[in-house]
Amino acid sequence: MAASVRLLVRRLVRLSHKSVTSSAATVSCRPGCCLGPSSSRCFSDAAEDRSTHFGFETVPEAEKAKRVYKVFENVAQKYDVMNDAMSLGVHRLWKDMLLHVMHPQPGARLLDVAGGTGDISFRFLDYVSYQQERRKRRAAGSSQTPSWQDISDKYPTDDRPQESRAVVCDINKEMLKMGKQRADSMGITSGLSWVVGDAEELPFDDDQFDIYTIAFGIRNVTHIDQTLQEALRVLKPGGRFMCLEFSKVTNPVLAKLYDAYSFQVIPVLGEVIAGDWKSYQYLVESIRKFPDQEEFKGMIEDAGFFCVRYFNFTGGVVALHSGFKL
Amino acid sequence: MFTSGAELTYSYDGLYPGHIQTNTFQKALLAIGSGVAALQDPYRHDMVAVLGETTGHLALISLRERMKNDPEGYTILTERPRIRLSTLDLEKMASLPDGSFGREYLRFLEDNKVTPDSRVEVKFVDNEELAYIMLRYREVHDLLHTLLGMPTNMLGEVAVKWFEAAQTGLPMCALGAVLGPLRLNASRLQSLFTSLGPWALQNGRRARCVLSIFYERRWEQSLEDLRRELNIEPPPLTLSASNKRRT
Repeated sequence: MAASVRLLVRRLVRLSHKSVTSSAATVSCRPGCCLGPSSSRCFSDAAEDRSTHFGFETVPEAEKAKRVYKVFENVAQKYDVMNDAMSLGVHRLWKDMLLHVMHPQPGARLLDVAGGTGDISFRFLDYVSYQQERRKRRAAGSSQTPSWQDISDKYPTDDRPQESRAVVCDINKEMLKMGKQRADSMGITSGLSWVVGDAEELPFDDDQFDIYTIAFGIRNVTHIDQTLQEALRVLKPGGRFMCLEFSKVTNPVLAKLYDAYSFQVIPVLGEVIAGDWKSYQYLVESIRKFPDQEEFKGMIEDAGFFCVRYFNFTGGVVALHSGFKL
Repeated sequence: MFTSGAELTYSYDGLYPGHIQTNTFQKALLAIGSGVAALQDPYRHDMVAVLGETTGHLALISLRERMKNDPEGYTILTERPRIRLSTLDLEKMASLPDGSFGREYLRFLEDNKVTPDSRVEVKFVDNEELAYIMLRYREVHDLLHTLLGMPTNMLGEVAVKWFEAAQTGLPMCALGAVLGPLRLNASRLQSLFTSLGPWALQNGRRARCVLSIFYERRWEQSLEDLRRELNIEPPPLTLSASNKRRT
């Protein structure tokens, strides 16, 4: 109960900051606990007047989501091939590092937002099943010559293995379709579900997940703070928020090389491999518009997470931010 | 602006709708990348198009000169006609007598199951007029098939490419002309090298510039007549539109 009251208070505070022009009626349309679709419509009038960035272009906020949707709809088919080509395969290492830092245990429930083609979720399921194997092996190894006491102790605990579950949530149906195809071809049958949803308005109840990840997705949302709020809401107390995203390169030489590579080579790769220059131009521009490591850390703390820290990979090209809901 | 109808409804960066600014380094990368991609999958028309645009600057300039020096070509450069389903009066063309250019063109479209609207737009040419010439070249390609009597199977395409390479000097045509035969079987190679090839090259060299013809006003003209005017001999072999794959 206290959680929902805290949530309501926080939202009221946000409302008073944001919608100066909205009337008292909008406050009453928020029941508290579960977000209904009506709640964000209260902001819609103000949103059309406000503008945001779409790469280096300025667009009305209402338009950004549509344009981002179009970009990912166009690139979905060749998304994985392009990732490998653009990062020369290094994106796999970044995602592996995310899993290592996460260190999930069997039984954990993961929400992979902007999970698209499922890279993180597949790794998660692999990791927990490996952990499960290790545990079993250890348990088997330690019970080589059991005493009667040992056997009786173990008897009721050998029930069904803890079920780890991953939910892939993405706003774009094409990306989810590609992810599903991959899952089918990899033969993954259980522990995975695919949900269409908006990171700023998740279709889940409060306090549901142990881990929330968003890998290379948060720079595409229109309201980062709203996304962080939603993350806080759906995580269980003690749950971990993890965000993998392109960030600022600190070393000036590397930064110059990285810029040159981003703007000269990546759109060309996009044209040759995916037949779409403009989408990849948008992607490299959106990286430049995203806040840097410290600023983003501040935003996560503002949303209400604790013990926020970040890890730089590849000299700051990618940063992993992590925070806890306590 | 190179549309005969007013169709521009959105704002765009660059010199014309669809134009993407690129520097020399990017063009070089694009040329190499699209070349490799086109070799791996010749049915990727967009890659063939990009290769043509990034390597064809000099050829386009010389084409422009030839068009300007021809009165009909000059008219085309000023009026900027487009060949598209929306601009063609298909019923009228179907009612034309057999042997007329319009009727034969329609027959070609039907037999080979293609449409004039499948052309890729121009993106990487940094001059608005040259971009139109590139587009005109693409749109005229199908008409060239009709003029030369070549179907859209591999052999027919290679023959047309030989003609175009001799006529326009576009490096992409030359590349297609050299590499296309690699995919032909022995009997087709033989017909290419013995009769079709030399015919295509000779006619390419001596024909009038095919881009300078205002085809849209010549549907009623008989095909024979048009060939004579352009200085093109009829094909030495009759090829049929069969077992081909065209996206």
